[in-house]
Amino acid sequence: MSEQTHGMVKHDLAPGEEEQHSVGTRVVGYVVGLVLALLLTATSFFIAGTDLVWQPSIPVALIVLAIAQMGVHLVFFLHITTGPDNTNNVLALAFGLLVVFLVVGGTVWIMAHLNANMPPMDQIMRMQ
Amino acid sequence: MAMTTTADHARADPHHIGLVIEHPGPAPKRIVTAYGFWVFLLSDIVMFSCFFAAYAVLSGQTAGGPKGAEIFDQRNVAIETVCLLLSSFTCGMASIAADVRNRFWFYLGMTVTCVLGLIFLVLEFREFADLIARGYGPSRSAFLTAFFSLVGCHGLHVSAGVLWLLTMMAQVFAKGFRADILRRMMCFALFWHALDIIWVAVFSVVYLLGGAP
Repeated sequence: MSEQTHGMVKHDLAPGEEEQHSVGTRVVGYVVGLVLALLLTATSFFIAGTDLVWQPSIPVALIVLAIAQMGVHLVFFLHITTGPDNTNNVLALAFGLLVVFLVVGGTVWIMAHLNANMPPMDQIMRMQ
Repeated sequence: MAMTTTADHARADPHHIGLVIEHPGPAPKRIVTAYGFWVFLLSDIVMFSCFFAAYAVLSGQTAGGPKGAEIFDQRNVAIETVCLLLSSFTCGMASIAADVRNRFWFYLGMTVTCVLGLIFLVLEFREFADLIARGYGPSRSAFLTAFFSLVGCHGLHVSAGVLWLLTMMAQVFAKGFRADILRRMMCFALFWHALDIIWVAVFSVVYLLGGAP
């Protein structure tokens, strides 16, 4: 056991691996994650169908809630934290997120401008 | 004494840049395997982001067919979401049980995870079958093509995950909690939790944002 603990001091954590905790602490971590995730999900579904909030704010609220819930999943289920033994995992995640934002953001941006810059369909037909 | 020096070094160099600590040798296989699988999962998420980008661009292109708000059943999606969230939790319980080598809780956790995953798949299959029966199949409009490919791709991942889950149960049954089996179990847990993250994006973007009137 001391051998293992010694190893843990020197090495990084694998993704999904927690620091050495007792079973009880680990179960509590998952319970907290589940409760937070259920709360955020319930809020998302509530916000999407309600008339109580200003309607144009709903898409932004849904995106924020989704990102918050992904954060909860990353921390409590995948155990990706900002600890020093997690640097490699976080850097890989950061690169993955960069590509995701480039792909999604870039596509939406370009396609929206493409639609705006194109003449309407009947005008294209007349040009031919 | 040795422990104190290591602890001191760890504090002096918390990010292991190597200024203080001498190189500790290659990382254990458990870390190498899980890290490699983590990189695979991130590339899988990048692949999903392409489907999300396609859906975002095509969600308005209904070609006279139905809009999202007309075909999405919010209640069905909520049940699917709860199933996946609970299955992520029970999968976590099963991986704790595997770490402490408790067969009973491992089998129980994995069985519940499997049942919840199957309920999710049945609900999704019924939704797809219902849409196709009403003539709203993937070939009806660009919006429906993007919808079926994005949600179907996630469904395929869940199906593969259920097969992997059953394989893990069989391997633990046949070979016990060996180091290599525990490594595979760790990768499976990562895979299952990552699928849950993708589902969060799916229900938010496709069903809630795309279902807005």
